[in-house]
Amino acid sequence: MTATNTFGAPVLSLLIFLPLLGAVGISFINRRNVGVIRYATLGVTLVTFLWSLQFYFNFDWNNQGMQFVDRLVWLPSLGVQYLVGIDGISLPMVVLTTLLTAVAVGASWPVETRVKEYMILMLVLETGMLGVFTAIDLFAFFVFWEAALVPMYFLIGVWGGPRRVYASVKFILYTMAGSSLMLIAILALGLSHAGGPTFDLLELVRQPVPPGTQALLFWAFALAFAVKVPLFPLHTWLPDAHVEAPTAGSIILAGVLLKMGTYGLMRFNLPLFPDASRQFAPLFAILAIIGIIYGAWVAFAQRDVKSLVAFSSVSHMGFIVLGIFALNAQGLNGAVMYMVNHGLSTGALFLLVGYIYERRHTRELSAFGGIWATMPLYAVLFLIAMLSSVGLPGLNGFVGEFLTVLGAFRANPIWAAFAALGLILGAVYLFTMFQRVFFGPITDTHNEHLEPLNLREILVAAPLLILMFVLGIYPNLVLGPLQTTVAQVLQMVGTAVALR
Amino acid sequence: MVSGLDFQLFLPETILLVGGIAVLIADLFLRERADRETNLAWVSLAILVAALVASAAQYGVSESLFRSSADPVAPGAFVVDGFTTFFRIIAILTTIIVFLASVEYVRGRTAFRGEFFALMIFSTLAMTLMAGSTDLVMVIISLEFLSITSYILTGYLRGNVKSNEGAVKYFLYGSITTAITFYGASLLFGVAGSTNLYDIAARFADPTAIIGTPLMSLVLPAIIFLLAGFGFKIALVPFHQWSPDAYEGAPTPVTAFLSVGPKAAGFAMLLRVFAVALPEFTHEWAALMIGVAMVTMTLGNIVALSQTNVKRLLAYSSIAQAGYMLIGVAGVSVANIAGIAPGEGGAGLAIDGTAGVLLYILAYLFTNLGLFIGVIAVDYLAGSDTLPGYAGLLRRAPFLTVAMTIFFLSLVGIPPTAGFIGKFWVFGAAIQNQLFALAAVGAINGVISVVYYFRILKQMWYEAPADPTPLRLPGTMNAALWICLSLTLLIGLFPAPFIEFANQSIHMLGVFVRS
Repeated sequence: MTATNTFGAPVLSLLIFLPLLGAVGISFINRRNVGVIRYATLGVTLVTFLWSLQFYFNFDWNNQGMQFVDRLVWLPSLGVQYLVGIDGISLPMVVLTTLLTAVAVGASWPVETRVKEYMILMLVLETGMLGVFTAIDLFAFFVFWEAALVPMYFLIGVWGGPRRVYASVKFILYTMAGSSLMLIAILALGLSHAGGPTFDLLELVRQPVPPGTQALLFWAFALAFAVKVPLFPLHTWLPDAHVEAPTAGSIILAGVLLKMGTYGLMRFNLPLFPDASRQFAPLFAILAIIGIIYGAWVAFAQRDVKSLVAFSSVSHMGFIVLGIFALNAQGLNGAVMYMVNHGLSTGALFLLVGYIYERRHTRELSAFGGIWATMPLYAVLFLIAMLSSVGLPGLNGFVGEFLTVLGAFRANPIWAAFAALGLILGAVYLFTMFQRVFFGPITDTHNEHLEPLNLREILVAAPLLILMFVLGIYPNLVLGPLQTTVAQVLQMVGTAVALR
Repeated sequence: MVSGLDFQLFLPETILLVGGIAVLIADLFLRERADRETNLAWVSLAILVAALVASAAQYGVSESLFRSSADPVAPGAFVVDGFTTFFRIIAILTTIIVFLASVEYVRGRTAFRGEFFALMIFSTLAMTLMAGSTDLVMVIISLEFLSITSYILTGYLRGNVKSNEGAVKYFLYGSITTAITFYGASLLFGVAGSTNLYDIAARFADPTAIIGTPLMSLVLPAIIFLLAGFGFKIALVPFHQWSPDAYEGAPTPVTAFLSVGPKAAGFAMLLRVFAVALPEFTHEWAALMIGVAMVTMTLGNIVALSQTNVKRLLAYSSIAQAGYMLIGVAGVSVANIAGIAPGEGGAGLAIDGTAGVLLYILAYLFTNLGLFIGVIAVDYLAGSDTLPGYAGLLRRAPFLTVAMTIFFLSLVGIPPTAGFIGKFWVFGAAIQNQLFALAAVGAINGVISVVYYFRILKQMWYEAPADPTPLRLPGTMNAALWICLSLTLLIGLFPAPFIEFANQSIHMLGVFVRS
């Protein structure tokens, strides 16, 4: 792998730290000027989003290595660097992050308490997430990884629902438990590198560690990522965190933070520990399949719309892990595509659930029914997001699902059979939910006069819904730049020849 | 024989001694004046700053002081080297920050304020002496000196039952551990025939002297008994029982001081005595440290979970923090301390355990003192040191809350803070020495600590305040807070110069390594 920067300027670092700079700026605004703070934050996230598009258009699809690389020696004695770059896997994640953060800020207009702190935390969170998706040095990666953790803790804990304290502590304990062992593994990996200590991923992948050590280090990394994904049976923090988080928190959590786990598996576990990855792939695939079916099953039983969407995430993230550990081109391509799709569709679902919650202050399925009659536009938007989540051909979700299941089939047809069962269950619980909320007679008089969607709400949801169509028709927008990177990852894992 | 050079290099201690006495005398003459405590506080600060400058000016010096007139070549009882300079700076900085944070508090809460300042200066003197002692007699005298001043400071609130209780417990535990330490020192003296650390090392290094004789069986007990004394100052398990009561009862600025200063000095002494006198037994004492570190971290963290008094909670937290520092001691390389460069091309020695301890102490100094400034402020302005007293602090003092949050994150070891760099370094040292289990126990302990640190954060961020009046920190307290906050972040974001400082400071004069 190579590392290049054709710009000769730190364009990527500017992207990563733009939100942080914005946060510093906003800390100087008087807290009473709530409107100014809101618009300033939205402005910062929009500028960040536009700046991230620039990377998409200037990305060289045929370049195998890292692009837009910035490098700064941080600790010379240990070879620790601030080293960031973008390749085909990071590119869609970076754009997804900037888009969803802007959407989340747009969805935060109803937040009335401590707006200043809220907005600052959102921006700090964005810097952390962008760093995670671009760091190539393990030390820098860990710094960003933890930096993304803390703001979310406060977002859930201060602005969350009634059980926010429990949910926020559970969230941080699970994630910290995972990442603390990863720190030890990072140290062990970097310090034992032949030829002097280094934490540069591109250096480390050149000389894989001996297979015996690989297994241990693989698990230390995988545990941190599996908690974040979350992979069954480590998923129990997720429903609490999702249900209690404010709408914007849920959007970011489902849309971006969960992807940090699958991204980590793809970026670090596969290339760094190829032997262990091949060895444990079946185990991870089976856990993923259990998660797919279990998540769908439990989602079906939920009475709260938000926790239904939360459990659907457990199921959907299972597909991504399955795609990764299929260890073939279709699986990996599908996994990345699925990561983008899940960010869009689940982000949109949480956003839309938030809209109705703000009107009714409940999310119980039984409180709704017949909403189509009172809020037709809302129902149509919800239907699109739901169909995208189900995987209807023509919308984006289909492409990702098809590719991951195809990849799984090529690795092991039985996996694919069970995964397909998960697809059907997914349709069942989402359609049932839709039916109970939007169709039938109006059972609750509160639902007779609901305020229609206002312009802000439509504008915030629009980009997600438009992208669902765009990516459904032309998935190559994501898959195109991905090809060379995926081929290279497979080459490192050593399964490219065996399965092509 | 005391030479001119001795005086010159002993200048920081001389300043502290003369200055401390001067403050005591000045207090007598200023008794009648209303502004005397403020004046005395500024005078004391000036004395400390002078001592700090004198210490920093000796950066790079490596000399043994107070050599015997009979044998001018033999090393004396005190040494000024990179290691001493580091711990002198740590000791004096601690006191300076505590002074800044406590000027207002002392004015409001205590009688005999002049003595308070003088005692703090004397404690600082004791700590600088501990850093450079190279003779068992000097070791024990300075240890005892620090203990006695600490007892008095702990019991400073004379009318307060808890303060008295804490002081008495501290004193009783201290007397017993001091006796044990004396015994350990006498064993070592009996085996090696000298109290000078360098002589002891030479005797053990001589293959014809002690090795193989029955006397060898006394060395391990001696190591353990000495560890009792150092462990008492550091508050290592099982010598920690005094600390929760003393921390809770002592005036809060004294608690802040106790949680950093004596701990650092204890580590200085532990490393010095073991590395200089007992390098031949590195395996033995390093192995001992592994066990003590594991128990100290785990017990400190688990007991902290159930605390409701913030000072008590932080007492257990600081026990656990000392456990993390011990991970570095377990990964010590005596060759590095002696100034022998790591082998060429060997990746195994990129991180030195001693440097890890020093870096961790540096990070801990600013982090923990910063946190205690918050505790002092809440105690002084809101009159509470229990968890509910912190409810809604975000609304009452937003900047203080954000700063304290960063200090808590630093104690957990979350980047980009100083605490992360410290942890990174001690864990790295352990991993390089193949102590994976120790590093893993340390990492898991970090997660446990999240539970109770975040309980305070929960109060500060999530709860509604009982009394919403804003807290206004006095200027000196704010200054101390800014110093701690900026250094906590500076070490976390740009650690390179601080790591260099720690790496340079591990060198001790005349450490003997058998090649």
